[in-house]
Amino acid sequence: MFTGHFLILVVYALLVSTAFATLLRDDPRQQARLGAMMLGAFVLFAYVVAWLMFPLPI
Amino acid sequence: MSTKTTTVERDKAGAEPGMLALVCLAAWLVPGGGHLLQRRMQKGIVFLIVLPLMFVIGLLLNGRLFPLEVSDPLVFLGAIANRGVGAPYVIARMLDLGAGLVTAVTYEYGNTFLMTAGLLNFLVILDAFDIAMGRK
Repeated sequence: MFTGHFLILVVYALLVSTAFATLLRDDPRQQARLGAMMLGAFVLFAYVVAWLMFPLPI
Repeated sequence: MSTKTTTVERDKAGAEPGMLALVCLAAWLVPGGGHLLQRRMQKGIVFLIVLPLMFVIGLLLNGRLFPLEVSDPLVFLGAIANRGVGAPYVIARMLDLGAGLVTAVTYEYGNTFLMTAGLLNFLVILDAFDIAMGRK
């Protein structure tokens, strides 16, 4: 099974954003749009926070 | 004569307790089942694929299915989250899966996938309930 942190993050973000977009929108086009935005936001935010935390001694 | 119904009439029509219980039970047992039962096919199929897939990935990442231990509140809450996904949880327990491997590098990721699948299914159950009540 895959063990790369970033890959797991992307898979998790993809599944969660798909579920939320399906829950929150009725039209498939709007679902796809919201899902893509959420996926991008998840990944980007996690990436930025990860780099910000990189120098911390934890 | 108009055939339009008011919100109150729709609520009354959708608020039969037996039907509500059936929808909620189906939604818990089979992720997306509540939507499929109410002919919301697209949503039902997406939930039917995404939530069990998330659960299976959690198991493959060596996540743990937590026991219902009241003495440890965090474990107890994790156990509730795990059980939210319904049939996949029952099947995993029957197959003795979900023992968890705490030394695995992906252990915490696996736990997160398993718990999130259950928690998302709780939201899906609420959505199915709202549809049955005529609110959506």
